[in-house]
Amino acid sequence: MNAWKKIRKNPLFMPILMLILVLLINLFKDPSFFAIAIKNGVLYGRLIDVLNRGSEIAILAVGQTLVVAVSAGTDISVGSVMSLAACGGCMVLAGYGNTSVTGIVAPIAVGIIVGLLFGLGCGCVNGAMVAKLKIQPMVATLILFTAARAIGLLLCNNQIIYIRYEPYQYLGNFLPGVPIPTPIIVTIIVIIIAQLILKKTALETYIQSVGINSRASKICGINSDRICFICYAICGLCAGVAGMIASSRIYSADSNNIGLNNEMYSILAVALGGNSLAGGKFNMAGSIVGAYTIQAIMTTLLAMGVSTDQSPAIMAVIIVIIVVIQSPVFREWFAARRAKKAEAGKEAE
Amino acid sequence: MEENVLVEMKNIVKTFPGVVALDHASLTLRSGEIHALMGENGAGKSTIIKCLTGVYERDSGDVYVKGVEGNVYCHSTMDAQKIGIATVYQEVNLCPNLSVAENLYIGREPRTKLHTIDWRTMNRQAKELMERMKIEVDVTRTLENYSIAIQQMVAIVRAVDMNAKVLILDEPTSSLDDNEVEKLFNMMRALKEKGVGIIFVTHFLEQVYEVCDRITVMRNGKFVGDYTVAELPRVKLVAAMLGKDFDDLAAIKKEGEHTASDEVLYSAENLSHRGTIKPFDFKIHKGEVVGLAGLLGSGRSELVRCIYGIDNSQTGHAEMEGKTLKIHMPIDSIRAGMGYLPDDRKLDGCIAGLSIRENICIALQARAGVFHRIPTAKQNEIADKYIKMLQIKTASRETLISQLSGGNQQKVILARWLATNPKFLILDEPTRGIDIGTKTEIQKLVLQLASQGMSVIFISSEIDEMLRTCSRILIMRDGRKVGELDSKDVELTQENVMGAIAGGETE
Repeated sequence: MNAWKKIRKNPLFMPILMLILVLLINLFKDPSFFAIAIKNGVLYGRLIDVLNRGSEIAILAVGQTLVVAVSAGTDISVGSVMSLAACGGCMVLAGYGNTSVTGIVAPIAVGIIVGLLFGLGCGCVNGAMVAKLKIQPMVATLILFTAARAIGLLLCNNQIIYIRYEPYQYLGNFLPGVPIPTPIIVTIIVIIIAQLILKKTALETYIQSVGINSRASKICGINSDRICFICYAICGLCAGVAGMIASSRIYSADSNNIGLNNEMYSILAVALGGNSLAGGKFNMAGSIVGAYTIQAIMTTLLAMGVSTDQSPAIMAVIIVIIVVIQSPVFREWFAARRAKKAEAGKEAE
Repeated sequence: MEENVLVEMKNIVKTFPGVVALDHASLTLRSGEIHALMGENGAGKSTIIKCLTGVYERDSGDVYVKGVEGNVYCHSTMDAQKIGIATVYQEVNLCPNLSVAENLYIGREPRTKLHTIDWRTMNRQAKELMERMKIEVDVTRTLENYSIAIQQMVAIVRAVDMNAKVLILDEPTSSLDDNEVEKLFNMMRALKEKGVGIIFVTHFLEQVYEVCDRITVMRNGKFVGDYTVAELPRVKLVAAMLGKDFDDLAAIKKEGEHTASDEVLYSAENLSHRGTIKPFDFKIHKGEVVGLAGLLGSGRSELVRCIYGIDNSQTGHAEMEGKTLKIHMPIDSIRAGMGYLPDDRKLDGCIAGLSIRENICIALQARAGVFHRIPTAKQNEIADKYIKMLQIKTASRETLISQLSGGNQQKVILARWLATNPKFLILDEPTRGIDIGTKTEIQKLVLQLASQGMSVIFISSEIDEMLRTCSRILIMRDGRKVGELDSKDVELTQENVMGAIAGGETE
């Protein structure tokens, strides 16, 4: 009983429970959801699909968690930055002005690094506006939210660049001889690096401290502005990674569609992970679970044959339920009910 | 109840968890008087006002208001307004984006037959109202076009027009310049003529003597006295506010006076911060405890914030152990060996969501740098050491600091700085809002640290406390250092210090 209580108190309890609930729907509806097979030497199945497709949101959630924690604000530009990073990277690989190439003019690594640098650059711009100029995060990131896709289009000469060169697809699909989709591997690497940075340095404490009380943190000798800047920069870099994955999946730089709505999913992932959007303490594992929960819902709806036009409506219903169950008001109500029941039980004895 | 008494509050008791905010406090307001409510921070001025206006509910005590039968209980500020008690705060509670007229009549706009707002009537009435009060404004312009003083006056006019008999002004002048203050005072005098009773809360002594008729002094939640202005000269007022009586703490004796060496640890020349503190020089020796005395708003806190680098000094230069200091932000001061315990524990001290361990280790961690994370085992060791040394009452080191009582929170923040082992420690009101036992402990600790060679600036609103701990006291007034009392030259006594604070003016 005591162990159960301990588990229930764990901040990850609710997010994981919600993920399991979503997956359970499939168990009743169509157990084949859980089947994992190997076809053509690679893993195949709905679950793998959830992990694979959820990569971008999970990577964005890593950065978004830090931004929310440090500034009690959200970076709503990440979706657009993904698209800009993809356009930047593809432009370097294809050469400016080319729309469809079968060979590349620069090494793939260079293209990917350029994409990441675009992401990092955008993060730095956001960070500077929020940390130095004290612009509200929503407003500051709104600028790139609207501008980044347009800049991407400029880089691509108003075209969709296709890179029909097989190795470019490795990042978003499979590496030769590896059965696990590359995005899953990349996500794991991103999470491990983030954890190492947070746990092996004092950054986690710094971020929480600044998010809770930036004035007091400053007096304690923490450069609050710099910490805030770093979080936005990391968030931008994560968007860059996600953008390159998304681009590689479709071996193209589709400025208008890459990362569409992903900023909202990443914020939702942070919230579903049990993190307060008011900043301060954060739980990154929760955000990542939240990201896969969102993907699980989307994949489930797809598996059930709900059309992509209608799925957001049903998704909204499910998310409202999850958010309500996690809300403090509901939890209090539930706890009070339980206490009442326990008392009634005692009296009956 | 006397004929002209508007409000009578008797034996008001109000406790908050762990603190008695009001201990049988009283306040009497007569019609047609401006009544100053004086006292240092934590004296209970705001609390008694909030008990009157329904923000807080009192635990016990009686409140009588003229024209209302029996004991009055206000449960909200709306209740208070209904019986004619209005409050104007330092931050104006109006809508800056609406016009002056709208602000005056919001919620009670004159209506036309169609039940739409009758703008013409509203603007005309507003104009007449402001003219009667001799305030020159265009009532159709939005409020944000006008200065804070005008905005406050609009708030006052609104209150008076809603038939307020009792007007409470809570530090209305702290953000006004002299000219604006004069305007406000003229208005207050005009209202007084009309029979309105005004409670005026302020920290500025001059202003009290300029407009007020009576003064109620409070200290530590207790009623000290109700005086006419004539019978209470400034020195006596300061004495009453600060408390002349020696309290139970007198037990601490200064052990080994003048332990300070002649070696100068820190010296500053001509430091200043525009708008808060005029240029000042400062010097502290190794092992010396220097006090900063002065009323609230005299620049005590601003001076140390300037030294520590929270408010960057725009002029002058500072040295520590003979080396020039370049301080841009607090981390530079910490690296130089300084520590600063801020006076506002909640806003500048506690990092509420973090544990005691994290709160204690944070400054040390900041000095070590982000890449040199202090290992958890080491953090535990440090936290345990200070929890034991300062007798912090807590279940564990992982308890959140926000769950501790005020005194224990203060000890945690003190521990934060002791952990960095500073050479120069600045304590701004380290004993505010904490119980007597802890106060004594902190004072003892300060003396002990000084005897080990640490230099300390000790700021306190309680003069006895400084007399007990400091060997030198600087006197601050209006953002300026106006005097210095050294125990080598003169005996440090209540009278000397209070005389200096009040401005050398004696009876």
